[in-house]
Amino acid sequence: MSISASFELAYPGFVLDVNLDLPGRGVTALFGPSGCGKTTVLRCMAGLTRPTRGRLVVNGEIWQDDDSFLPTHRRHLGYVFQDAGLFSHLSVRRNLEYGRSRVPASVHRVAFERTVDLLDIGHLLERMPAGLSGGERQRVAIAQALLTSPRLLLMDEPLASLDIPRKQEILPYLGRLRDELEIPVLYVSHSPDEVARLADHIVVMEGGRAVAQGPLAETLIRLDLPIHLGEDAGAVFDATVAERDAEWHLARVVFDGGELWVRDGGAALGQRVRVRVLARDVSVACSRHDDVSIMNLLPATVLAHHGEDHPALVLVQLRIGNTVLLARLTRRSAQRLDLATGRQVWIQIKAVALIG
Amino acid sequence: MQLSADLAAVVLTVKLAGLTTVLLLFIGTPIAWWLARTRSRLKSVIGAIVTLPLVLPPAVLGFYLLVLLGPQGPIGELTQSLGLGLLPFTFPGLVVASVIYSMPFVVQPLHQSFVAMGNQPLEAAATLRASPLDAFFTVALPLARPGFITAAVLGFAHTVGEFGVVLMIGGNIPGKTQVLSMAIYNHVEAMEYSDAHWLAGGMLCFSFLVLLLLYNRGWNRLQ
Repeated sequence: MSISASFELAYPGFVLDVNLDLPGRGVTALFGPSGCGKTTVLRCMAGLTRPTRGRLVVNGEIWQDDDSFLPTHRRHLGYVFQDAGLFSHLSVRRNLEYGRSRVPASVHRVAFERTVDLLDIGHLLERMPAGLSGGERQRVAIAQALLTSPRLLLMDEPLASLDIPRKQEILPYLGRLRDELEIPVLYVSHSPDEVARLADHIVVMEGGRAVAQGPLAETLIRLDLPIHLGEDAGAVFDATVAERDAEWHLARVVFDGGELWVRDGGAALGQRVRVRVLARDVSVACSRHDDVSIMNLLPATVLAHHGEDHPALVLVQLRIGNTVLLARLTRRSAQRLDLATGRQVWIQIKAVALIG
Repeated sequence: MQLSADLAAVVLTVKLAGLTTVLLLFIGTPIAWWLARTRSRLKSVIGAIVTLPLVLPPAVLGFYLLVLLGPQGPIGELTQSLGLGLLPFTFPGLVVASVIYSMPFVVQPLHQSFVAMGNQPLEAAATLRASPLDAFFTVALPLARPGFITAAVLGFAHTVGEFGVVLMIGGNIPGKTQVLSMAIYNHVEAMEYSDAHWLAGGMLCFSFLVLLLLYNRGWNRLQ
């Protein structure tokens, strides 16, 4: 179960040359700044753009190589466009049935009712696309793509055209998709938030090349990422809810290496949650201070540090058990505390986000 | 007598315009589609040829058609050898001429609506397993519906109004090739102004109603 892709393509002023090895399950984020070629990679995968040279193998099936090119309509994929590609002359129901009816019934693996429920679009079925809100349209477009029972779901910044409340409205649905359907998803995004929340695997792109790829948690804590995430730099890891304190509305989550107190967001006891700790919310002390407002104090070991874009700042990797966090400090503080590799320190975490 | 001849001219005109419009929708659709989608260098040449009748004096077009379709012309020789006889001064000859004459009025609106819809709906259809032909019939044609209505109305109306081409290729044979505009011309020549008024007034009303219908549609769509 894997996807292997390599594409070469040149436009005036732009060269795409990527080699990707992606897992055949979970959500893979194609992440990078605008114009780095993310969408072009997705279009090559779908066969909508024909690269000069290309090879694409999806779970053992050759979609493209030097001798063959499977046209888009023969590839078992779903594609969600940036601004929902719904057919304006068809009702929502007939939009959903358009792709589904073109797939043999024996291939149907995604049930109509379940998809409609999952995306909460049952009440929209008889409406026309022109009468839907941006968020509703995007949910219908996702359902439309899913109902072809694709072996690969390609999503091109499905939230980019939406405002923040609409994004917040759709993100939980995407989380449910990831957890409930076993379809590998390739998700193009330039938003670190979306990536941290949804992806299991990440490909970082810049200037038409894939400059880093790997599992999300491992890749985000790399100090040598060619793209500096600045305010968004941070670690993402999994944890389990171990305790819920009703009096203070706090929850204790346990991760591989320690535990954290977080605001109780309603997650059930024993539930797996994804935790994001931004580098700017982590500070470092040489000894334990209990006379501070910060709840989460953890012993850690310094692994490495690396300069940031701004010459005053450094990014420090800190290990707690088997989990690595990032802290963003000033260079002066790092020197004053003598944060050499192997140094034992205490870290203070000001904010922890539970994401999905 | 006079009335029945006029009526015959009206019936003939409607028949000619109707048949021409239907034929043009079948011929014009693939041409407009090709012009909208191709990257071939022939595109500008074909586009110019299709638009030529728009700027050419009808008499010039009629003259060349007469030469081509006539007994010594290449197409005339072909139709004769096929046992079809000669087309000039027959109703089929009028249809052929009208199809060419009204071509731009059908191809242009279709071309515009195909261009306006862009690639996106077709790409979406392809990702939903529709083959190009399937997508053409189930997505492109329905989305181009306003273009088809405009094309049909303009093609019909323009054929009803033709004169110069008909004069050259069809002659003025009552009941056979005598269309409305020819009948009006005959009345004026014979100083029968009241008869001419009836027909000309009818044409004026018809043309106004057609344009009213089109503008009304456009206006509604804007709202």
